[in-house]
Amino acid sequence: MAEIRFWEAIRRAHDEEMANDPLVIAMGEDIGVAGGTYKATQGLYDKYGPERIIDTPISENGYTGLGIGASFLGVRPIIEIMSVNFAWLALDQIANSAVKVRYMSGGQLTAPVVIRSPGGTAHQLGAQHSARMEKVFMGIAGLRVVTPSNPRQAYGMLKSAVRCNDPVFIYEHELMYNMKGEVPDAEFFHPLVGSEVAREGKDVTLFGYNISVHWCLEAAKLLADKHGINCEVVDLYCLSPLDRAGIKKSVSKTHRAVIVEEAEPAVGVGAEVMAIINEECFFELDAAPKRVSAVNIPIPYNHALEKATIPHAKDVVKAVRAMMGK
Amino acid sequence: MNNTDKKRLLRDMLFSRRFEEHCYVGYVERKIGGFLHLYPGQEACAHGVMAAAKPGFDYVITGYRDHVHAMLSGADPKAVMAELYGKETGTCKGRGGSMHIFDVEHRFMGGYALVGGPFPLAAGMAKAIKLKGGEEIAICFLGDAANNQGSFHEALNMASVWKLPVLYVCENNLYGIGTRIDRSTAVLDQYKRVAGYNIPSEQVDGQDIEIVYKAAQKAVDHVRSGKGPYFLELMTYRYRGHSMSDSNTYRSKDEEKEWIERDPINILRERLIKAKVLTMAEFKAMDKEILDEIDNQIVPFAEQSPEPDVAELEKYLFAENDPWVTGGAQGGAS
Ligand SMILES: Cc1ncc(C[n+]2csc(CCOP(=O)(O)OP(=O)(O)O)c2C)c(N)n1
Ligand SMILES: [Mg+2]
Repeated sequence: MAEIRFWEAIRRAHDEEMANDPLVIAMGEDIGVAGGTYKATQGLYDKYGPERIIDTPISENGYTGLGIGASFLGVRPIIEIMSVNFAWLALDQIANSAVKVRYMSGGQLTAPVVIRSPGGTAHQLGAQHSARMEKVFMGIAGLRVVTPSNPRQAYGMLKSAVRCNDPVFIYEHELMYNMKGEVPDAEFFHPLVGSEVAREGKDVTLFGYNISVHWCLEAAKLLADKHGINCEVVDLYCLSPLDRAGIKKSVSKTHRAVIVEEAEPAVGVGAEVMAIINEECFFELDAAPKRVSAVNIPIPYNHALEKATIPHAKDVVKAVRAMMGK
Repeated sequence: MNNTDKKRLLRDMLFSRRFEEHCYVGYVERKIGGFLHLYPGQEACAHGVMAAAKPGFDYVITGYRDHVHAMLSGADPKAVMAELYGKETGTCKGRGGSMHIFDVEHRFMGGYALVGGPFPLAAGMAKAIKLKGGEEIAICFLGDAANNQGSFHEALNMASVWKLPVLYVCENNLYGIGTRIDRSTAVLDQYKRVAGYNIPSEQVDGQDIEIVYKAAQKAVDHVRSGKGPYFLELMTYRYRGHSMSDSNTYRSKDEEKEWIERDPINILRERLIKAKVLTMAEFKAMDKEILDEIDNQIVPFAEQSPEPDVAELEKYLFAENDPWVTGGAQGGAS
C-alpha cells in the first residue's frame, strides 16, 4: 500500500485503463502535450499518442458531444472538463444526449462516457472559477454522479466509471489534487453506488461528500475532544443515486443528522438528504436535521469574504453543539 | 445508375412521400402525438445521398425530421410507424417518438430534437471509426438553420483538425420554422461557411435526385478515402409547415408553387417517362402498391400492436446488472 497524491491516483487509473483497452481514450483542454492542468494525464501523451490522449480546442459542448458520439461505437472516452464552471457549456450534450439516448432508443444505444471535472472554491479564484455544480448534475436522470474524497476513491471510481456502461460524472475538488492518501498496490474497482462510514459514532451523523468529508472529520475530532460528543461521519461519495439505505442506517443509529455541503443550500445535497431522512426514518429522529451550507451568493474575490461564504469545521461544530444543547 | 436503379429510387421516394402523408392523417386522427415534422418536398436529398452511401454500414444521424432517414438506413417502416403510434413494437418501444427514431442494428444512430445536437455526435462517431480503423463513414443530415448553433462551428473545426471521416449534409430548405434564412443568417450560401474550417464543400440542386446522387458520390468518396470531412449543401424546400403545429403563414403561395413545380418525384418520373423507361400506368400501379402496403400492412401493424407496459416505465434508464456499478466483476472495493 503506497501513499500517493490524489492526482497520481487519477493518473494511475487512466494509465491502467488505457493499457487494458485500446478503445479507452482521454480528451480535454491541455491534457496532452501540456500534461493536464492538475497533472491527471501527465506523461500519458508520450505513452499513448495523440489519437488517444487528445488535446481539444476550447469547445466544451463540442468535445463533450464528440466524446459521447464516439462512445456510441464502443469507445470509452474519459473527458476532462478543466473546471466545472466550464461544464455549464457542456450541459446540452450531457443532459440532452448522453443521459437520454439509452432511454429514448428503448435500450438500443448507450453512452459510456466518463466526464471528470474539478469544482469547488479554491483560493480567491473569483465568482466564475468557484462554482459548485454537484446539485446540477445530481438533478439529471440517467447520469451517475460520484465524488471522491480521497486518492483511494479517486483511483477506484475512475476505474469503475470507465468500464461502467452508463455515463458517469466524477466531481473532483480543485483543492484536493495534492492531498496524499493510501491506495492499494493491487488493482481494484470502487463502487459507483453507496456511501462509506468514515468515522463511527453514536450521537449524531455528519453527512459530507468530497471536501466536506474532511470538514466533518475535523469537526468530529473537535467535538469528541472538547465537548464529549461522539459523531459518526458518513461519506456520500455517490451523489446520484444517493444511498437511501446508508442514510437510513446511520440516522437510525444516531437519531440526529447534520449535512455539510460546500454549495448553496437551495436544491442541494442537504435538501435531498433531509428529504430522504423524512421519507425513510422520520420517527427515528430526536432533533430536526440541520444543514451547514454556503451563503447564497457568487463567491467573492476578497479572502475574508470568500472564507465567510463557505462552511468550515467550526461551523459544523457550532451546528452540532446547538443541536445537542452543549 | 442504370434505369432499374432510377426506377427503384423513384419508387422509394414515392414510398417516403406516401408514408409521410399517412403520418399527417394519423396525427389529425390523434393516433400520433407530440411534434411531428414531415419530409415531403425534400425526398431527393436523403434518397440521393443514401443511394451513394452504404446504408446499414455507414453510421447515420439526424435531427427530428427523421423518419425517412431511418428507413433509408434499413429501419422497418412498420416499426417506424409503430413508434409514431407509441407502441411497444416501435423502433424504440414507444419511448422515443417521431423525433427520436433509433435503429442501431442498421446504424441509424438517432433523431435528435435539439437543433445542432448531432454535429459533434457525428464527429465523435467518425473519431471512433478512425480509432477502430474501419471503412465506414459517419453521415450527419441537418437543416440550414442548425448552422447558426455553436455546435456546428465547434464540431466542424474539430472534424477538420482531426481529419475525421464525416459527411455533413445540409438540407437547405430556406427556413428555420418561420424564419427565412436571409433574416437569420449572414451568409446565405451555407457551403461557403465551412471554408473557415478548411473543409471542402459543394452546393447543388436538392430537387433533382440524379444531381444529388452525383454530388453525394463525390462527397462520400472523399470522406471514405481518408481525406477528412466534407460538407454538401442541397437546395430544397419542405411543402408542409415546419411541424404539424405550424400555420405556415410566413411564406407566399407563389413561392410554394414555384418549388412544387420542381417536385423531386415529378422531375424523375417525367424524365423516366420521356426516356420511355416508365409509363404513367406503371407509375400509377407503383403508387397503388405502395398505398396498399401502407394501408393494409404498415398502419394496421402500428394500430394493432400493444402499448408499452407501464410496469416497465423505468427500464432503459441505466444498463441492467452492470457489475462495474457495484465495484466490479473482480470482487469490489478493498
Ligand atoms: C436548441 C434548440 N433551439 C430551438 C429549437 C426549436 N426548433 C426546432 S426546429 C427549429 C428550426 C430548425 O431549422 P433547420 O435547422 O433549418 O431545419 P428544418 O426544420 O428546416 O429541417 C427550431 C428553431 C430546438 N428544437 N432546439
Ligand atoms: Mg431549414
